[in-house]
Amino acid sequence: MENMELHSGIMPVKGIWWKPAPAQEKRWVIISFIWCLILFAMMPLWHFKGGQNPAGIRTRVTADEFETRLNKFIKDYQVGEEKGIPVVQPPAGSDVYIAARMWQWSPILKLKKGAEYTIHLSSLDANHGFSLYPARLNFQVVPGYDYGLKMAPDQAGTFYIICNEFCGINHHNMIGEIIVEE
Amino acid sequence: MYYRFVTFHGLDMLIFFIIFFEMAILYFAGPVLLNSRLPAPGLGWLSFVLMVVGSLLVNVMVYSGKADVMFTSYPPLKADPLYYLGIILFAVGALIVCILFLASLAVARKNKTYEGSIPLVVFGALTACIIAIITLLHGALIFIPTLLWSMDLMPMDAEVYRLMFWGLGHSSQQINVAAMVSVWYLLAGLTVGGVVLNEKISRMAFVLYILFISMASAHHLLVDPGWGPAWKIWNTSYAMYLAVLASMIHGFTVPGGIELGQRLRGFKNGLFEWLSKAPWSDPGFSGMMISLVVFGFMGGITGVTIGTEQINIMVHNTLRVPGHFHVTVVGGTALAFMAVSYYVFPLIFRKRVAFWGMAKVQPYFFGFGIAIMGMGMTFLGSMGVPRRHWDSTFSQAPFQPPFPDTINLFQAVMGIGGLLAAAGALMFITIAVVTVFFGKPVTADSIKNGESGIPQGVLKLPAQSYTGANVEQVHKEGAKGTVVLAFVFLVCFVLYYFVNWKMLASIWKVG
Repeated sequence: MENMELHSGIMPVKGIWWKPAPAQEKRWVIISFIWCLILFAMMPLWHFKGGQNPAGIRTRVTADEFETRLNKFIKDYQVGEEKGIPVVQPPAGSDVYIAARMWQWSPILKLKKGAEYTIHLSSLDANHGFSLYPARLNFQVVPGYDYGLKMAPDQAGTFYIICNEFCGINHHNMIGEIIVEE
Repeated sequence: MYYRFVTFHGLDMLIFFIIFFEMAILYFAGPVLLNSRLPAPGLGWLSFVLMVVGSLLVNVMVYSGKADVMFTSYPPLKADPLYYLGIILFAVGALIVCILFLASLAVARKNKTYEGSIPLVVFGALTACIIAIITLLHGALIFIPTLLWSMDLMPMDAEVYRLMFWGLGHSSQQINVAAMVSVWYLLAGLTVGGVVLNEKISRMAFVLYILFISMASAHHLLVDPGWGPAWKIWNTSYAMYLAVLASMIHGFTVPGGIELGQRLRGFKNGLFEWLSKAPWSDPGFSGMMISLVVFGFMGGITGVTIGTEQINIMVHNTLRVPGHFHVTVVGGTALAFMAVSYYVFPLIFRKRVAFWGMAKVQPYFFGFGIAIMGMGMTFLGSMGVPRRHWDSTFSQAPFQPPFPDTINLFQAVMGIGGLLAAAGALMFITIAVVTVFFGKPVTADSIKNGESGIPQGVLKLPAQSYTGANVEQVHKEGAKGTVVLAFVFLVCFVLYYFVNWKMLASIWKVG
């Protein structure tokens, strides 16, 4: 390279700037690109090999329809009531409905450890956030959509549904409950 | 009240402050750097008025309690129609500035105010401008229907709104990224004569931003019921992480260029003399470097990790999300903009920076404060603490999720970081206002005498172009220190990423 010239990013570039990159920089671009491909491959891979995916069964539903399904579900399996919210104990493997509305999660669930349930989430009004503590599961609950997620609790105890999407003035008091029994 | 202030904070910081600054960068990169005429200054004033009126209107609506809808304003939560109108006015104003910038490029080219191709910094600003136009079009596409919906003139699907809103909301963050990277290149040149390692690679990286960055809307929809896995994977990864590739390239070429510039200036011993002999007491330089590190190490790594489709199950709407975007937008972008201000005051306003001693430490307060706060938020989020929530004891709720006592510790960490950063922000505002309105003028004498309030890069501008035998030698030896730092970065990235997969594997089976 004769008459080598280097300049800052403030200088206009005379002549042709499409020149071969220095070896160091080229190597860094290649390494970065390989890392990007690994980052990309991990996601489809986890759909085949991993146990935690947000795919679910996604359908549209109106608030009225969802409420009808919810009420039937509560009627079929209700075992009690706590703080005015029905407590429901569905059989293993069944479809379970949880409705979010300002500012309550309904119903309270009693589930069996190790069993699998299809939990349907929807909102009867605004956006809400389903955040199961301390299980660290977070899903968006959107009005007009039924999000059916297969969940398999692997530990017993009391779990809390914290609403983590802003939904109005009482958002911070919107807490639900899921009890998992041995 | 808490929610109202969060709404304020989101809009004023994330949209109004930052876009005002970006429009200023466009005026700087066009007419100033290319030394050309600004076409239609009248239109410029009109756009300024539109932006001010729009942002005031939004603030009045929020303050009067007619728009407690958060920054995101997801329907069916509804605000007063004037709120949406305010945002639209602001966006139209910004759009006019973008068009003026493009016109100023055309004028400069026609009048031949420069030779060859536009400088890299202007190229980066052009990237930001194009992304801004894409973003603002998304904004129009969603806020005009939302305005009509708020007046009961049309229906609105909650999921479609979320998609289009984030087409505006996340893309606007990519204006920040492109503008911030341009500022890095600008300050690298102004403070230490940092060079461009290779024009082709850096420019291609900017083009990757334009091509792929709008797909980031998907980052907000990863655990939504509206979209399938294929759509989520393709979009959240910007088509195989090509925009991440762009940032990793800039993350290497900016410090690499600084290293070569310093080596050309004689600091060529060992791996890191270019760093140890750098002008760390120049807030233009320290601000840029802290911005680079906080953005890359903290913001970049956490962003890619939590934007992974499955890992997002653990993260969505927890405090980890604000933990991420405060280190990118505030620790990264806002700090870079503050750093460049220290050069804008003497170069454009012709004023010596007031409270120079305070200015020297300001970037450290602000940058480290935000870094500490972001770390606190990230740990809290990892323990399941939700964002946009003011009571982690849930004292009035029907049930009280029992958070462990450790969250008190991390809330304290977050608070201390926040206070440090707020102190840094107040220092900056004080310095900026006093300098612009009451600052002492920069004169030939004050530069010759090296009076205080003038950054070292203004006192004596480092060489912007190097030729000769020495150049070939330095170029051949390369940026060895930067290579080491880049690998440290990569190791952190790989570790953090896979630790998160490991944590994910331990939670309930879900799908």
